[in-house]
Amino acid sequence: MVQVSTQEFAAQCYELHQPPPFASLVRTREGETDIFAVVYHAETGPLEPGRRPVARGREETEEEGVYRSHPQLSRLLRTEFRAWIVGHRVEGKLVQALSPRPPKLHSFVYLAKTDEIGEFGSSLHFLGPLATAPLPSREELIPAFLLHLAGSREDREEFLLRAGKELTLLLRGDAPRLQSLLRRLS
Amino acid sequence: MSGKVLGRVVGGSLVQGLRVRLEEGVSVEAVGVGRYVTIEGEKSRFFGLITDVELGALERGLELDVSDPYIARVLSGTGVFGTIKVLPQLALGVVGLEAPPPARTIPAPFSLVREASEQDIALVFGSEDDRHFYIGSPLDLEVKVCLDLDRFVQRSGGIFGKTGTGKTMLTRLLLAGILQRGQASSLVFDMHSEYGWEGEREEGGVVKGLKQLFPSRVAVFTLDEESARRRGVKTDFNVLIGYDEIEPGDIALLRETLNLTDLAAQAPYGLARHLGKGWLESFLSYSPAQVKDLAESLKEHEATLLHLHRRLEQLKRLPFLLPHSPESAVERILGYLEKGLTVVLEFGRYWDIVPYMLVANLLSRRIHDQYVQRAERARGERAPHPRPLVITIEEAHRFLSPELSRQTIFGTIAREGRKSYVTLLVIDQRPSGIDEEVMSQVGSKITCLLDNEKDVDSVLAGVSERTELRKVLSRLESRQQALVFGDALPVPVVVRVRDYTSIYKRPPELKGVEQDRKDLWEE
Repeated sequence: MVQVSTQEFAAQCYELHQPPPFASLVRTREGETDIFAVVYHAETGPLEPGRRPVARGREETEEEGVYRSHPQLSRLLRTEFRAWIVGHRVEGKLVQALSPRPPKLHSFVYLAKTDEIGEFGSSLHFLGPLATAPLPSREELIPAFLLHLAGSREDREEFLLRAGKELTLLLRGDAPRLQSLLRRLS
Repeated sequence: MSGKVLGRVVGGSLVQGLRVRLEEGVSVEAVGVGRYVTIEGEKSRFFGLITDVELGALERGLELDVSDPYIARVLSGTGVFGTIKVLPQLALGVVGLEAPPPARTIPAPFSLVREASEQDIALVFGSEDDRHFYIGSPLDLEVKVCLDLDRFVQRSGGIFGKTGTGKTMLTRLLLAGILQRGQASSLVFDMHSEYGWEGEREEGGVVKGLKQLFPSRVAVFTLDEESARRRGVKTDFNVLIGYDEIEPGDIALLRETLNLTDLAAQAPYGLARHLGKGWLESFLSYSPAQVKDLAESLKEHEATLLHLHRRLEQLKRLPFLLPHSPESAVERILGYLEKGLTVVLEFGRYWDIVPYMLVANLLSRRIHDQYVQRAERARGERAPHPRPLVITIEEAHRFLSPELSRQTIFGTIAREGRKSYVTLLVIDQRPSGIDEEVMSQVGSKITCLLDNEKDVDSVLAGVSERTELRKVLSRLESRQQALVFGDALPVPVVVRVRDYTSIYKRPPELKGVEQDRKDLWEE
């Protein structure tokens, strides 16, 4: 974890080009508290902001060749992702709200396990804050996250129906937005 | 056992009804107007009637593509939802009271609304006993709605509905109920000869008349012996009426039906003063020349008397009218009524409105006079009260129109109510033709489908839940359904009218069964 705040954190991946998928649920820990967040952004770039990569591989036939010919690249580049905090678990109880303290810098971040994802989907309280979160990818994130949660649940259809109804209540007054979100869920 | 949950109270008022939002999964199609619900308030339970069903949307113009089945499912119940309007009527569960009291407040917000269970309905509409008569079941429920016959006969009652909606069947049912429970004697002016002996059903087949069901307690009188003989009816008395029994008022009443001018309708009063008791017989026997002489001595317009004479000639065509009747029909009828019997007077072929009005008015007036005297005696000398009498008349708007209701005895009876122990059961298809004042005295109303606005208004005049009932009334099915409200029931109710034949197929669960009825059930 390379940057933290109450609402979100950024983490650097140990493997180049291997960020957790968009809209997946990740988990980290702060003391006794598990913190859950949804991945909303990932990028790969130079370690030093001033040094822009240059185009390579004119002589190569395949892309992997570029990295074979320039092994230093994997040391000069890094992959980072950002995650939006959506809940935490304290004393075994899952709460879909911000945790009292942000995670520590250099904490580890894990992909949430299937049963954790399923459990997270048992409540939809996270939808309200997420629907108004100031994120550029918000309109993509919400349906993708819901589908991600649905994938780990046995009641997939019923879950999506519940989520759709929750969205309808949240987004009354904004029919075009509701329509576009619901279309992605259907 | 409680009924199925329908929704929750979200707004409304006592007068205009509560708005209830349906729970998800409860289809608006499954709740109908006219059904009963209970509402679980914080302190008490309420009993109410569904008076409207509507679809609400979170916002106006929420137009989404619902061709996608997922979106349609998401929106049903959230973006678009069903609401019902419920009129709170009674407060249930108040212990120690005979009948649940009317609702004076409304339940708290978000109170749970359920379908009324059979127990709730039974609590409200009572169960069959000596006083309560099973008349039908609420829509979609197999429970009995029972009329309080004691209260029913205390004031006049009315059965309304357009032609072919089952008024006759209902009347038969009610008369049988009154007979069975013995609340009152009945005198039925049976215009189309369908109550006393067999009657036809609209859907084919015949049903037993009152005389067949209660042979020893019903007497059939007829104005048309020949017709009765042809139909195989065992009649008890052949009614003949003397001209000397007809009073000027009886003629005035026929002004419209005989197409008399105002002056001609008033002339009989002068004739009676001049010619005495046998005025009609004498007048009808006069030649036109004699009528002219009479006009001169009475200082009446000659044309008026000639007009009256011509019109009254019609009466000569009625074979049951004689110069002098050998036996008074009134005495015979009173004799039977005193014994607690029900008298059905069949009109046979003379079902035209002129004889009907003439005979019904004439007999009722004299019978009413007798009851008034007896009632006075009862009050003065502490003599036994007369047995209440219910007079059944059809085509009531002809007698009780605003112009006539002050002249006919029926207007008087309706207004006096129980003072003289005589009440009316009026059967009519055009209640708007009946005088408002009379209508307001009708205590219990049983209304089949009416589609004329004015008729609906007139039936519902003075009822507090008018707007709501109007919706219910205009949505009745055209047969076998009726809205019942008034004194005899705690709340208005729409019933599927009980099958008439069930009263002679089903054994009675009543005490005090008389021989008559016992024979009947053992048949």
